Amino acid sequence: MAIKVEMPKLSDTMEEGVLAKWNIKEGDTVSAGDVIADVETDKATMEMEVFDSGTVLKLLVDEGDTIPLGGLVAVIGEPGEDISGLVSGGANGAGDASEAATDAVTVAATEPETTDSASESFDPIFGGIGSGNTTDSSDSSDSTQTTSTIDGRVKASPLAKKVASEKGVDLQSLQGSGPNGRVVIADVEKALAGGATSTAASTSPAAPAAQASTASAPASTQAPAPVSRPSSGSEKVKVSQMRKVIARRLSESKFTNPHFYVSVDVDMANVVAARAQLNHVSPVKISFNDIILKAAALSLKKHPWVNGSWNETEMTIHHDVHIAFAVAVDEGLLTPVITHTDQKSLMEISAESKELAGLAREKKLQPQQMEGSTFTISNLGMFGIDEFTAIINPPNAAILAVGGIRDEAVVKEGAIVPGKRMKLTLSSDHRIVDGAKAAEYLNELKHMLENPLAMML
Amino acid sequence: MTKEAIFTPVGKAAEELAAPKKSGKKGASLYEKAVDLPEPTTATPAKLGLKKGQLLEMFESMVLQRRFEERAMQMYQKGKFGGFLHLYIGQEAVSTGTTAALKDDDDIITAYRDHGWGLVRGVSARQGMAELFGKATGCSKGKGGSMHFANVEKHFWGGYGIVGGHIPLGGGLAFANKYKGLDRVTTCFMGDGAVDQGALHETMNMAQLWKLPIMFIVENNGYAMGTATRRHSTGELWERALGYGMKHRVVNGMDVLSVYEAMKEMAADVRKDSMPWFVEIRTYRYRGHSMSDPQKYRDKEEMEEFQSLDPIERLKTVLLDKKMATQKAIDVIYEKVEEEVMDAVEFADNSPFPEDSALYEDMYSEPNPVFHR
Amino acid sequence: MAELQFREALRQAIDEEMARDENVFIMGEEVSEYNGAYKVTEGLLETYGFKRVIDTPIAELGFAGIGVGAAMNGLRPIIEFMTFNFAVLAADQIINHASKVKYMLGGQVSVPIVFRGPNASAGQLGATHSVAYESMYAHFPGIKVIHPSEPGDAKGLLKSAIRDNDTVLFMESEQMYGLKGEVNEDPEYLIPIGKAAVKREGSDVTLVTHGKIYHTVVKAAAELAKEGIEAEIVDLRTVKPLDMDTVIASVKKTHRCVVVDEAHPFAGTAAEVGYLLQRDAFDDLDAPVVRVTLPDVSAPFSKPLFDAWFPSVKDVVDGAKHVLYKS
Repeated sequence: MAIKVEMPKLSDTMEEGVLAKWNIKEGDTVSAGDVIADVETDKATMEMEVFDSGTVLKLLVDEGDTIPLGGLVAVIGEPGEDISGLVSGGANGAGDASEAATDAVTVAATEPETTDSASESFDPIFGGIGSGNTTDSSDSSDSTQTTSTIDGRVKASPLAKKVASEKGVDLQSLQGSGPNGRVVIADVEKALAGGATSTAASTSPAAPAAQASTASAPASTQAPAPVSRPSSGSEKVKVSQMRKVIARRLSESKFTNPHFYVSVDVDMANVVAARAQLNHVSPVKISFNDIILKAAALSLKKHPWVNGSWNETEMTIHHDVHIAFAVAVDEGLLTPVITHTDQKSLMEISAESKELAGLAREKKLQPQQMEGSTFTISNLGMFGIDEFTAIINPPNAAILAVGGIRDEAVVKEGAIVPGKRMKLTLSSDHRIVDGAKAAEYLNELKHMLENPLAMML
Repeated sequence: MTKEAIFTPVGKAAEELAAPKKSGKKGASLYEKAVDLPEPTTATPAKLGLKKGQLLEMFESMVLQRRFEERAMQMYQKGKFGGFLHLYIGQEAVSTGTTAALKDDDDIITAYRDHGWGLVRGVSARQGMAELFGKATGCSKGKGGSMHFANVEKHFWGGYGIVGGHIPLGGGLAFANKYKGLDRVTTCFMGDGAVDQGALHETMNMAQLWKLPIMFIVENNGYAMGTATRRHSTGELWERALGYGMKHRVVNGMDVLSVYEAMKEMAADVRKDSMPWFVEIRTYRYRGHSMSDPQKYRDKEEMEEFQSLDPIERLKTVLLDKKMATQKAIDVIYEKVEEEVMDAVEFADNSPFPEDSALYEDMYSEPNPVFHR
Repeated sequence: MAELQFREALRQAIDEEMARDENVFIMGEEVSEYNGAYKVTEGLLETYGFKRVIDTPIAELGFAGIGVGAAMNGLRPIIEFMTFNFAVLAADQIINHASKVKYMLGGQVSVPIVFRGPNASAGQLGATHSVAYESMYAHFPGIKVIHPSEPGDAKGLLKSAIRDNDTVLFMESEQMYGLKGEVNEDPEYLIPIGKAAVKREGSDVTLVTHGKIYHTVVKAAAELAKEGIEAEIVDLRTVKPLDMDTVIASVKKTHRCVVVDEAHPFAGTAAEVGYLLQRDAFDDLDAPVVRVTLPDVSAPFSKPLFDAWFPSVKDVVDGAKHVLYKS
C-alpha cells in the first residue's frame, strides 16, 4: 500500500513551503522518523520527517519548488508498486492528494521565469548576463519614469551626485534619462542650464562638447530625432516565503481590521532614573524595551479587552498575557513571543528577549516561539523614530508602536527643565476595542511608566 | 583483469611480493628492505686522505645535524613554531660526506629536507633554529622557514618545496658556471620521489646535451612521503641515467666515508670532463615525512635494522677503533654540540620576529617597488 | 628614428643589450640556427655564436628552469617561448620559482630574467594556441608583465625588461611581428616599465587597452569620431605594475570608461581596471565601467565562429556608446 508524503504544516501560519533540500532519492529505504527533507517555511528552515517506513517510489517535486500545505511531495511503499493512481492527476479518483500533487506541479511550473534566453549569443560587452535585461526595448519607457524608487532613493551616477551636491541641484526634482531613470551628468547640466534644453538635445551627438562647459546652455535648438534611452533594466527579486507571509497577513490585517489610533506622550524621566539604578544591580542589562514590555503586560491585565481577539462570531478575552515583539531581520520582520510576560521579572524578560531576537536574526526561531501572542509591541525608537503607527498583528486586537525617548524642554511647576519624553501609539481593532478602552489602556501604561515603582506592586 | 592486477607493482617489486619473505619475521615489511645498501667502501680514512682533524669535524657536524633536528622537533611539539618540518635524521652521512669532498665554491641545491644541508654549508645552528622559529635572525630572515634554508654566499642555493622543481634551477646554476668559465661543480640533490618528475628528465637531457658540470644526486631514503620507492618508480633509480648515456653510480649513504670517496672521485671527473653524473645514494630517514606522518607504511623492524647501521655510530666506531678519539673526546663533542643547540634554541626564542615592514621587503630588487593595492 | 617592424624592433633591443652586457643570452626553441620561429632572433647567431644564442629541446619546463637557475647565478637570460601557450608547461618555474626565490630566501638572490614570446590569439589556431595569459601571470607578486602594442614601445620596454633585476614577462603577438612603426634607435632609449601612454586624446570616453587589440580600439575611436564622439585611448603597455594614475587622470576628464581586453572576462585586466576605477574614481564616473572582452569560451577554429569570438570594432563602439548613454 503506497503512502502519500505531503507537505506538513511546520509553523502556525504556514500555508505553503519550499522544498529546500531532499535528503533522500528514489529507491532509498526510509524508516519512520527519518528526516527526508529540509523545508523552508515562512519562519524558518525546518526538518521534514517521514512517519512511515518503506521505499521511496517517487519524488514529485524538485528542490526549490513551492508546495501548498498538504501538497503531495513523495510516495513511499513497496518496490514495484503501481502508484499511477496517486500521481497521475486524479483521473482515478485519488481525490485531494492527487489534486494537491497537481497543485504542486503547477506551482513548480509557475516559478518566476528568467528573461535570459539560452540561445542568446555572447555579448562581448555584457557577457552572458542577459542583454535582454539591459537593452530590451520594453524597458525604454523606464527612462522617462520617475527617478525615485519606492524607498525614496534617487538613482544617480556618482558624478551626477557629486556635481548636483556641489551646485545645489536637488536630484529629487530631476528626471533621470539614464537606464532605470538614473540621473546622469547630462540631466544635472540640463537643470543647471535652466532646463531650457530638450532631453534629446542633451544627448545628441553634439552633447559632449556642451558637457565640457557646465555654465552655458547648449545653443542648439534643432529638433533632433529622439534618441532611445539605454536601459540597465530592472531586477526581479524572488519573493521569499517570509515576505509572502508578511505581505499577505499585513494586507489582510490592514484592509479588514478597522484600525484606529490613539497616542500619548509619556514622561520617561523616572524610567530613565529607575533603569540606571536597576542596571547598577542587575546582572543582565535591562533595556527600555524590557521595561515597556513589562509595563504593557501589567497594564493589559487591567484592560483585558485590549488583550483580546476578534473571530467574527465571538470575541476572545485572553487571561494570559503573551506579548510579541517585532524584530527586524534581513528579509523582513519576525515577532517572537514572550509568554506570560506579566508574570516575568525584568531580568527574565531581558534575557528572553535577547535570546529570541538573536535566534530571529540567525533564522533559528522555532515556530512555537512565534505562536500564541495576545498583544504586540513594535519599537522603532532605536532607529530614531519619534512616533509611528503600526499594523495590528492578527489575531491580536492591538499593537503598541513605541517611539524613541526624546530630550525635550518641559515645563515643570512653572519652570522650563530638561525632560525625557516618549510617544506611544496604540493601533486598535475597533471591532473589539473602542476608543475609550484604548485611551484607558494607554493612560494606564503611561501612569505605570511615569511611576515605575507601581510595577513592583 | 581485476583492479588489483592493474595496480600491483611489476618487475622486482612484484617478484618480492610473490616470494616468501627472506627474513620470515612476523610483521616484516612488504619488501625485504626499503633500499638495498651497496657495500661500503673498504678504503681506510688514511687511504682516502682524511686526517684525524677532518674526521672529528665530520663527526661533530653529523652530531650537530642530529641534535639540531631532535631539538627542533621538540620545539615544534612545544608549539614554538608551525608549518612543515621535514627531518633529515638518518641521512647525515650524505650531507657531511659530500661537503667534505667538494670545494667550498662548488654549488649545492636541494629539496625541502634541507636542515642538514644548511648546517654543513655555513648556516649556523642559531640562524637555522631562528629560521625555523620564523625570526628575523634566521638564515632567510624568517621568510622561508624549514623548507627554505639557504646560504647563497657559501654556495648553498637553498631548499625548495616543489618536488623536482629545483632540478632545472640546478641545471641553470651549472649552465651559468660553464657560461662564465668557472671551475665549479653543481650538486643537485633530490629525494627518490623527484625521480619521477618530468623536470628531472628535461634537465638531464639538456645537461648531457650541453655537457653541464652537474651531478644529479638522488638521496633514496626508501620512501616518497609514504610510498615505497619500488611502488612509485619502475626499475632501479640509477637506470634513469642509461637513457641519456649519463655516467652513474650507486653509493652507500649510511657510511660517510663511502659518500666522501664517491663524491670526491665524481667531482674530480666533472671538473675534468664537464659531463654530468646521475648518482643514487641509498640512505634511510628515521622520522616521518613530516610532523604529521603516522608512518603506517613501514614497520619497527625495518627502522631498527637501519638504526643499527646508523652513520654517526659507524663513524664513532671508526674513530675509536683507529684510536683517533677516546670515548672522553667523543663525549666532549656531544656536550659541545648540546650546548650549541641549546644556545641556538635560546637565541631563536629571544630573537625578534621580523618587523611588519619586512612583509614588503625582498619581493623585488629595486628600492621602492610598486605594489598593487 | 626609423620605421621598423615589430620583430625588428625586438631584435634591435636584444642585439643592443647583448652587445652591452655579455651576461645576456637568449635561449629557446628554434632561436638559433632556424633564426627564430617568427624571425625575431634572425642573424643573432652570426653575431654572438652558439654560446649566447641557444636552441633548446622542446622542454619548456626544463629550459625555463635552467634560465631561472642561470639568472640566480649571475646571468641575464632571455627565454623565448614559441608562444605563451607553451609556457604553461613552464608555469612551475615562472610562478613557483622565478617569482618567489628572492622572497623565500630572504633576499639572498635575484632572478633577472625575461620570458618573452607571442601571447593571445592569432587567427584560426584553435583553442590551445589562442590564450591570453597576461592577467594570470600578473596575479602573482614578483612578476612584471609587459604587453606592448607598437614597435617603438616594444623596443624601449624590452630593453628595460632585460636590464630589470627581477622577473619580467614580455608578451608579443604573432600578428604584430610585421607591424611597422617609428622606433627610436638611440641605444640608451628606454621606456620605463609600468607607465601607460595616452595614444589618442579625447574628452568623451576613455578606452583602456593593451597589446594587439589596441589596433581594434584605434579603429573604433576613428568610427566614434565620425559621430562626434572623441575617445581618449590609454595604452597600458605594462599590465603589471598597472599604471592606474594615467587611467584615472583620463577618466576624471571623460567620466566614462570602456576597458578593451583581448582576454576572457573572469578576473582579467578589464575586471581589475574596473574595480580600481570604482574605488578610486567613483565620484567621477557618470556610468558604470564597461568591458569588452572575449567570451568565456575557448577559441573556435571555424572562421565565422572565430570572428564572432574576437571583439570587433563595433563591439568597442557599442561599449563607448553605452557608457555615453547613446546606445
